[in-house]
Amino acid sequence: MTAEIGQLALTLALALASVMAISGLTGARVTAGISRDLASSAAIGMLVFIVLAFATLVYAAITSDFSVLNIANNSSLAKPMLYKITGVWGNHEGSMLLWVLVLAIYTSAIAFARRGSQRLTSAALGVQGLLAVAFLLFILFTSNPFLRVDPPPFDGAGLNPLLQDLGLAVHPPTLYIGYVGLSASFAYAAAALITREVDASWARAARPFMLAAWIALSVGITLGSWWAYYELGWGGFWFWDPVENASLMPWLVATALLHSALATERTGAFRTWTLLLSIAAFSLSLIGTFLVRSGVLTSVHAFANDPERGTFILIMLVLAIGGALGLFAWRAPSLETGSAFEPVSRETALLTNNVLLIAAVSTVFLGTLYPLFLDALTGTKISVGPPFFAFTFVPIFVALLIVLPFGPRLAWRNASVGETLRPLSPALGVAAVVAVVVCFVVRSHLLAAIGAFALAAWVIAASLLDLVQRRVRTAASVAVALAHAGLGVTLMGIAGTTLWRAETLSLLGPGETAKVGPYTLTMGGIERVDGPNYTAIRADIHVSNEDRTIATLRPAKRVYPTEQQETSETAIRTTGVSDLYLALGDERGRGRFVVRAYYNPLAPFIWFGGAVMAMGGLASLWGRVRARTAQRIIDAVPAE
Amino acid sequence: MRFVVLAFLLISGAAQAAPAPGALSDPSLETRARALQRELRCVVCQGESIDESNAPIAADIRKLIRERIEAGDSDGQIKDYLVGRYGDFVLMKPPLQPNTWVLWFGPVVVLAIAAGVATGVVAGARKRARTG
Repeated sequence: MTAEIGQLALTLALALASVMAISGLTGARVTAGISRDLASSAAIGMLVFIVLAFATLVYAAITSDFSVLNIANNSSLAKPMLYKITGVWGNHEGSMLLWVLVLAIYTSAIAFARRGSQRLTSAALGVQGLLAVAFLLFILFTSNPFLRVDPPPFDGAGLNPLLQDLGLAVHPPTLYIGYVGLSASFAYAAAALITREVDASWARAARPFMLAAWIALSVGITLGSWWAYYELGWGGFWFWDPVENASLMPWLVATALLHSALATERTGAFRTWTLLLSIAAFSLSLIGTFLVRSGVLTSVHAFANDPERGTFILIMLVLAIGGALGLFAWRAPSLETGSAFEPVSRETALLTNNVLLIAAVSTVFLGTLYPLFLDALTGTKISVGPPFFAFTFVPIFVALLIVLPFGPRLAWRNASVGETLRPLSPALGVAAVVAVVVCFVVRSHLLAAIGAFALAAWVIAASLLDLVQRRVRTAASVAVALAHAGLGVTLMGIAGTTLWRAETLSLLGPGETAKVGPYTLTMGGIERVDGPNYTAIRADIHVSNEDRTIATLRPAKRVYPTEQQETSETAIRTTGVSDLYLALGDERGRGRFVVRAYYNPLAPFIWFGGAVMAMGGLASLWGRVRARTAQRIIDAVPAE
Repeated sequence: MRFVVLAFLLISGAAQAAPAPGALSDPSLETRARALQRELRCVVCQGESIDESNAPIAADIRKLIRERIEAGDSDGQIKDYLVGRYGDFVLMKPPLQPNTWVLWFGPVVVLAIAAGVATGVVAGARKRARTG
């Protein structure tokens, strides 16, 4: 019965989404508020039904209702309860349901926030309605999680063990909050083109949604990278895998968008460019969804063999992106007023940021999609791996980081060169000191290491100095300092891990030792430890530093019989500034095991920097919400 | 207590670990092999390099790389041999040739166009700032 309730709830949500689309878009043309109110009610109704559908699926998963095909395919009796729940979005159908759930939440937020004019809110709700209709149709026709199977199997097929992990419980929802959050700024951009209302109040209305999406993407990418680090067992944190790139592209464009929208809000500059970036950011979210969900990445041929889903998403993609770009081409020329500023100004700095970020996105875009195009068109297969991105993406980002500290210092419209540069000289001094320390104290003569740490110091010192030197510190200035400094911290982590990593691959039997970085590893013993739905072999490895035993690490290898898969459970000991990372490999005769050991200096900084960046976003969002609440209170008090 | 630990360490220290299975005895050659492994893709895996893959074919190629290095082949010769066998697909960094021009020069073109447009915008804004 439960699955049928879910099915019915989704159908009703589809009906309400249609109502929202029609009334919202009608409301964009008339000034009466009734259409907007109808669209708002429909948005909230849609949220209620989608929450109900989602709850139904969660219930089916908790109760292991294998008469539901989706549960039979992706769950099993032996799976721990936590993963029964998180497994709901660990498969295609469930994750698409999560997608529309997040969409419904944002849509209700637009309805409640009522930022901007009546017509703007109405049109934005209409556009969200169209998106909801498309995705609900997609779920109901190609990815229905509520299909039954008869007779139901006694046990389910289980969940990919790599995905039975706490990281997975939070990573996809976070990323979806980011992807789908960009639908809100997309909807506001389309609404601005429809109503021709694009001004400072438009930027103020759309910005919280851009910020929320950017924060979620930052956290989601950071979590994904951390998950890959400890779960995949190769000690790497970023693989330039197409699935990773699919999340990086919207983040890069959303970053460009936040900067461009800042100029639109403050001086009215770059309004059409900001609209275009809003459209591009969500388009890349959709492309990411297409890449991950259509199977096109596994191989172009897998897509051709089971083209239903891929074709549906591709049509949605073409309609959404094509429609928005068409609207843009039609309306944008009449909206651009042309702003006035001097070449040395904040505006130019923001423009430079955008030029470099767009170039960076283009490397990731081509690196991810060009091999697919080439294969589809000519059948020639090429690979685009980390060496390509090291050659293209990295130099662009280095250029971005070099110029970054100047941005927040420059005044709007007309800045003085001297007043901008003078307060930055201490940061340059810090960078020089760090370069000397890296070269002569750490004794790393790698030019890349000296350059990277000097650059990171330049960015961090300049960001903190900016905060210290200000007479008035606002939430916005704290936000800028945190976001920029976080980037510098992440750079330190990346540089330390990639340039100074020590790696030892050894064959260890009981009592035998190996060295990695400053540590000596001694194999204690090997034990069999079985879990609820897996069997495992675990090694006790004693870690000593200068003849002092400091820890025992227990890397393990698991075999999941239901899923017939092996996973490596890494053991990581972190000091906060470096990681010792152990992964257990195969047995090679007489109780000796392959042990991969990595000493990763500064690795924790990678994720710490990501967290600091996200905190910057939160500071900005908090400042805005507080300012708006204060404004509402002022408005509510009648003037005397 | 300290003595016991030290004694234990001395005894166990004698039992040095065997080197990684299949590694070359010359560390500089082994470093070369590892670097080469990272530039080659495991052709049956999803985006993994030869260095990271558990697939049997990756193990075979790791062995082959070491054999060729010991036989005195250069990195280029080994890559050429593997490209001959598996095509350009095996290279993590695609070669610069007509069918990858879009890939390699695309970002440069995008950067040039974006920089050009931005310069135009700044020039226009400057003119407006000085006349109006």
